[in-house]
Amino acid sequence: MPGVSMTVNGKAVTGEVEARTLLVHFLRENLRLTGTHVGCDTSQCGACVVHLNGKAVKSCTLLALQAEGSQVTTIKGLAKNGHLHPVQAAFKEHHGLQCGFCTPGMIMTAVDMIRRIPDLDETIIRQQLEGNLCRCTGYQNIVKAIHAASLEMKGARA
Amino acid sequence: MYQFNYLRPKSLDEARKLFESNGDAKFIAGGQTLIPTLKQRLAQPTALIDLGAIGGLAGIKVAGGAVVIGAGAKHNDVATSADVLKAIPALAHLASHIGDPAVRHLGTLGGSIANNDPAADYPAAVLGLGAEIKTTSRTIKADDFFTGMFETALEDGEIITEITFPVPEKAAYMKFPNPASRYAMVGVFVAKTKGGVRVAVTGAASSVFRERTMEAALAKSFTPDAVANIKVAAGNLNSDLHGTAEYRAHLVTVMAKRAVAAAH
Repeated sequence: MPGVSMTVNGKAVTGEVEARTLLVHFLRENLRLTGTHVGCDTSQCGACVVHLNGKAVKSCTLLALQAEGSQVTTIKGLAKNGHLHPVQAAFKEHHGLQCGFCTPGMIMTAVDMIRRIPDLDETIIRQQLEGNLCRCTGYQNIVKAIHAASLEMKGARA
Repeated sequence: MYQFNYLRPKSLDEARKLFESNGDAKFIAGGQTLIPTLKQRLAQPTALIDLGAIGGLAGIKVAGGAVVIGAGAKHNDVATSADVLKAIPALAHLASHIGDPAVRHLGTLGGSIANNDPAADYPAAVLGLGAEIKTTSRTIKADDFFTGMFETALEDGEIITEITFPVPEKAAYMKFPNPASRYAMVGVFVAKTKGGVRVAVTGAASSVFRERTMEAALAKSFTPDAVANIKVAAGNLNSDLHGTAEYRAHLVTVMAKRAVAAAH
């Protein structure tokens, strides 16, 4: 089987995969990073979102081999030294999750949109969440959590 | 997915050679359409030749009254490029509404038009702006490129390298997205160019097409009223569970009207 090497959550990793192995399966099954979820497996729900070289992508729609040499960050790589990332903390504070299945993807998408867009408002946040589905329909608090985190992170940068 | 070999060439030359020596191979760029297709076992290539590691295919530049975009440019790069936003804002707007943010980080311009999905957005811009498609062996005019449903003028092993979009006087793209898939039920790209007015319609038929009656009317008067009463023939349009051909025909007029009003 072909070998693959990449950096995941700051650590260099290697593995053997089939050519058809998706990145999400490499993360979950080879690396046991099961925080990243498979929801729909058809590129629609966004539960599998990770960052590839700093940008949000759907890890169910990318071959592990396509990520050769890349920097990958998953939900497991966000907290630093036992401290939640501000977006994780905001989801906790604002009850931005119900069953929690979509949460890893929601948070990775949120971190990405906060990085790209300086002034988020409710309308923009909802547009940017187009590729993430919450089957509990808990969008209200997800949007609230992302907005709060964006303000807090902007304050921290200022 | 069925099994396949994965190949990662470093140059276009190497990519073409791998294509010739690998039976029923397919090129993969961003993979945002191809991977879902493979997952459903709707295709069974012997090899995937990844164009992602080939350098120099993703540039965006403005030159000689045109915006030249590398085939490997991601949708998000086109949507946020200061050059594109300034020269052809309608093109940046279109790119910013393809799929969702994660898809736009991987999907490419070249991949989209090579695939020629009947409901894809980019073909409307390529045809609407009268772009030219440069490949590893020639340059193809947009009017000759899109030949049918998922069909283009590309030959086996031919790779798109860049697309040249002439800067129009004004242009706009309006789409009515399917509420579930967000693909265009109908999308209309309108452009007032030096060579005349062009109106390209996606989502409505088996492939993107030009609506010549509207082009003639807009050439006389580039106003929403000029197209408001044009009834598009429903004969060749798609009917499916999302809408009838007549509904889509009506949407073409509505989207064209809105695009003309928004053009700048």
